[in-house]
Amino acid sequence: MKHTRATLTGLAWVSPWLIGCLAFTLLPVAMTLYFSFTDYPILERPLWTGLDNFKALLTDPVFALVLKNTLIYAALSIPLQTVAALAVAALLNNPLKGVGFYRAAVFVPAIVPTVACAMIWYWLFNGELGLVNQGLRMVGGLLPAAVASALPEGLRDLLAGPAWLSTSGWAMAALVVVSIWNIGQSVVIYLAAMQDVPKSLYEAASIDGAGPVRRFITVTLPGVSPVVLFNVVTGLINTWQVFAVPYIMTEGGPDRSTLFYSMYLYQAGFIYQKLGYAGALAWVQFLIIMALTALTFAISRNLVLDRSA
Amino acid sequence: MTRAPVISRARSRRILLHAVLASIAFFFAAPLLWMLATSVKPVDQAMVTPPTLLPVPASKTPAFAAENYSAVWNDPAIDFPLYFRNSLIVATLSVIGMTLSSAVTAYGFARMDWRGRKPLFFILLATLMIPFPVLMLPQYLIFAELGWIGSLKPLWVPAFFANAFNVFLLRQFYMTIPRELDEAATIDGCGHWGIFWKVIFPLSRPALAVVALLQFTYTWNDFVGPLLFVAHRDQFTLALGLQLFQSQAGFTPWNLLMAASTMVVAPVLLLFLLAERVFTRGLTAGGSRE
Repeated sequence: MKHTRATLTGLAWVSPWLIGCLAFTLLPVAMTLYFSFTDYPILERPLWTGLDNFKALLTDPVFALVLKNTLIYAALSIPLQTVAALAVAALLNNPLKGVGFYRAAVFVPAIVPTVACAMIWYWLFNGELGLVNQGLRMVGGLLPAAVASALPEGLRDLLAGPAWLSTSGWAMAALVVVSIWNIGQSVVIYLAAMQDVPKSLYEAASIDGAGPVRRFITVTLPGVSPVVLFNVVTGLINTWQVFAVPYIMTEGGPDRSTLFYSMYLYQAGFIYQKLGYAGALAWVQFLIIMALTALTFAISRNLVLDRSA
Repeated sequence: MTRAPVISRARSRRILLHAVLASIAFFFAAPLLWMLATSVKPVDQAMVTPPTLLPVPASKTPAFAAENYSAVWNDPAIDFPLYFRNSLIVATLSVIGMTLSSAVTAYGFARMDWRGRKPLFFILLATLMIPFPVLMLPQYLIFAELGWIGSLKPLWVPAFFANAFNVFLLRQFYMTIPRELDEAATIDGCGHWGIFWKVIFPLSRPALAVVALLQFTYTWNDFVGPLLFVAHRDQFTLALGLQLFQSQAGFTPWNLLMAASTMVVAPVLLLFLLAERVFTRGLTAGGSRE
């Protein structure tokens, strides 16, 4: 009796979360799963069709395309973000006057509303008048003609100022740049982890004659590796859900070259209102994210230092 | 004799470091500065090559700024004052709801012993993994069933049902408050409700500030939620209004678009400048869980 009472009191205290979780998380997860086995145009009743939606995915060329686009985006942005965030955090980890100012500057983009972020870069990447291309053309103009003509074609195009958001390839590159602009949160997290690495380890490494680069590789990196793993996993989850910035900046174009998984899912569900097909897309995305997360953990088991062991 | 070169080497290293960090800071700050600079120019001056930082004549900058910002604020097609009010209502209610509901839930997980607590907390952590796209379609149908589509409710009512991340964050903080305080309060005749309001809630103010601030920023910045769940222009938030402003203008008046963007950014930026520490504390609390 006493146990039951305690349990009821406990449940009452956690009930805000419990009710919300049932109504707005677990019920939707189950509903999406059910929809994925049905044909469900929004105004009609769902009709059980078994695995038809999943079979249709396999032959849907747009599905293959958004998978490819999302993979390319993830393969570019996650490693670049990780390396950039680690490098910036390591630089900020120096006892230097005014370091607080630099840290604030790096962090600020992380709190800028997504829509404003997309607008700013939409303007910066404008083909004719954008600041990015004005800068690139200025650099290009400074090069002697002989040097300029010897450059590889991609670099020549870059210095001529490409039409970023309306050329496939460059549009993807622009979105990756925006993703790097948003590493502030990871930098702050890495910085905190770096400050937790025991000072004695650095001293020992210095006595052994290790320079700054060597100390970073042998002391800092192993020390922050669990946090890096955590960040890569959240990066994977977020990258598969990338939506707002491309939705506003490129609308998935040109020629669907920046149409990503979540955008296609949004189109299927909210624009074409095919809830069954969208449900299948959602569950496949969920499974992909879980698989990639498990894979990351498996690969990094040997690379991550477990300080609790 | 041997010391001088050592000092100058350390010094040149410092100067090099400053140079590198300054150029990195420039990459991150420049887009925002350019937004601000564009927002205070007449439209023809915003589109000149090579670009200038300040309008010509520079002395008229305040006048140009006033003109642009009032043009945006009073735009006949886009009701920014209304969207501003909607954003403020949604953000305020979300902050109140999220802070209270997460605080109560975290108390249930941190300060009470009951059967089922551990498995439920495990489920709570597991829900952090669920991506939003899996939830969004049924959530729309549920909100429609509840009659919320066509009102602001889908944007703030769910905040009153806590959130796994904030519950986790607050629980971690509660665990650091000594249990002796609960016992003292019990002797004074307090039940759980009394302990929560008189001991835990006041002592966890720093952590509650983190939750409130992150929730405000999240709600203010949210684009996808309003895009999916808001049906009429009357319920648009600033984020949605800004996008409408961009997509409606056939020819883009860059100066006005940047003035509108600045208006959306300004409140969160101001909050960040006032409470930078609270922000960073919140982020590291989430990042370095072990």
